[in-house]
Amino acid sequence: MSLLALQRDFRDWLVTGEDSAAAALGGGPGTAVYQNNYRTALVSSLAETFQRLVLWLGEEDFEMAAARYIDARPPSSWTLDAYGEDFTDFVATLWPDDAEVAEIALIDWTVGQVFVGMDSYALCAEGLSVADWETAVIHPVPSLLVLPIRTNADEIWQALATEETPPPAEMAPRGTALLVWRQDLEPVFRRAEAHERDVLAWSAAGEGFAAVCARLADTLGEEAAVTTAGTLLGRWLAEGMIAAVG
Amino acid sequence: MSEKLAGFGLGMRRPHYRSYIDGTAPVDFIEVISENFMIAGGKPLDTLMKARRNYRLALHGVSMSIGSADGLRSDYLTELRRLVDMMEPAVVSDHLCWTRIDGFNSHDLLPVPYTEEALAVVCRNIDRAQEAVGRRMLFENPSSYIAFPGGMTEWEFLAEMTRRTGCGLLLDVNNIYVSAQNHGFAAEDYLAGIPMDAVGQIHLAGHVQGEHLLIDTHDQPVPDEVWALYRAAMELAGPVPTMIERDDNIPELDELCAELDVARSISADSAAERIAA
Repeated sequence: MSLLALQRDFRDWLVTGEDSAAAALGGGPGTAVYQNNYRTALVSSLAETFQRLVLWLGEEDFEMAAARYIDARPPSSWTLDAYGEDFTDFVATLWPDDAEVAEIALIDWTVGQVFVGMDSYALCAEGLSVADWETAVIHPVPSLLVLPIRTNADEIWQALATEETPPPAEMAPRGTALLVWRQDLEPVFRRAEAHERDVLAWSAAGEGFAAVCARLADTLGEEAAVTTAGTLLGRWLAEGMIAAVG
Repeated sequence: MSEKLAGFGLGMRRPHYRSYIDGTAPVDFIEVISENFMIAGGKPLDTLMKARRNYRLALHGVSMSIGSADGLRSDYLTELRRLVDMMEPAVVSDHLCWTRIDGFNSHDLLPVPYTEEALAVVCRNIDRAQEAVGRRMLFENPSSYIAFPGGMTEWEFLAEMTRRTGCGLLLDVNNIYVSAQNHGFAAEDYLAGIPMDAVGQIHLAGHVQGEHLLIDTHDQPVPDEVWALYRAAMELAGPVPTMIERDDNIPELDELCAELDVARSISADSAAERIAA
């Protein structure tokens, strides 16, 4: 048997766990060791990545979901940390009537990604020096992500992370979104304030501060728009969310 | 800092990060799993940077897959080279195994048949890896639970692999013991067949007895049988940088350092015996 054929047989054994695939490798107790190693490593990796989901579902349901995911999505990435990339969507199909399940998974996944995301310096208020506010553009830190959510998954996640009793799942107000970013080396998240998501999106699209204020003025009026934009910018600077303004 | 690995080290594991950042762990070098740090940024890289200021470093990979019949992944090699350039390690190593085929990645160190065809594949992949990383690498002997029909023993395969590619060996003494027990060969024959001048690093670890086979768990203290084999290896090889590789069930740092003291003692005894002889 060629090396390529042997490796494909081995892959088939790991993925399917079928006796015929084991027989192609010669059978024996050694094949079972590799089968066990394969599945154990993947379940452990998922449990490490989705720690709050494990707490919310309980180990039995989590391991059932992990086992079905492993059957459906054999790993392809060279790092185990990436294996859970599709797990959020997968659990959404397993618990279609419990939207908080997939959203807790999404927060687990996103926090993990932000934890190892690109480094950047955060601008502080004292370091802010803008020559022309008309054209200045707000640049968030590269780790910042905006996650739309439909439930109170964020409150459940925080309670589980601090070993408190989580609240019951319930729907969040329409338009709720989380801001997830890294303060120095630690991932943090909170709910976006009213208009905050819009201002961030406009800024990310390259619109200058003056243009952002003008768009806000369409709904808030000019004076309230400037106040709102200024308040948001001050908060972002204090929270380490801004890389540059200019 | 000298880039030559020397002395006695430990795998840098999360419960002990503070001791490595502070430089208080009494070791000569640290080893980390390369893939855990092939990332964009954040706390893990920051921790390794800080520890690196205090210790010489060995990067030990688990996903290069030099046994893959369909070759190496370019993106993997690029990321590894980036980490190597950033950390300037004393040693870069991986395993004689395969983990990936046709885009499937098992995340386990799977055995290679010791055939001429596999040797050609492995050597071709090692040549490419050493060129991509820009240095000579070490490759570790695996523990295994299946043996395929082949014309060579594992030690013959390793010897020819080092001869053809110029790579070095990372000798895992526990893995030799586990595979010897599982496949019924003599560990002493293995040591006698290894080109000891190619051995650049030694791993020591523990294992557990499974239902039918010894299982290489690396989650136990180094057992007496492995210490005995280490003594035999040191008598053949002379001083080689040695470390305890504990991957799970991580004990207090003091406990690992006590094990490392045993390795120091065995190494010193072997050196004294060589001088006396």
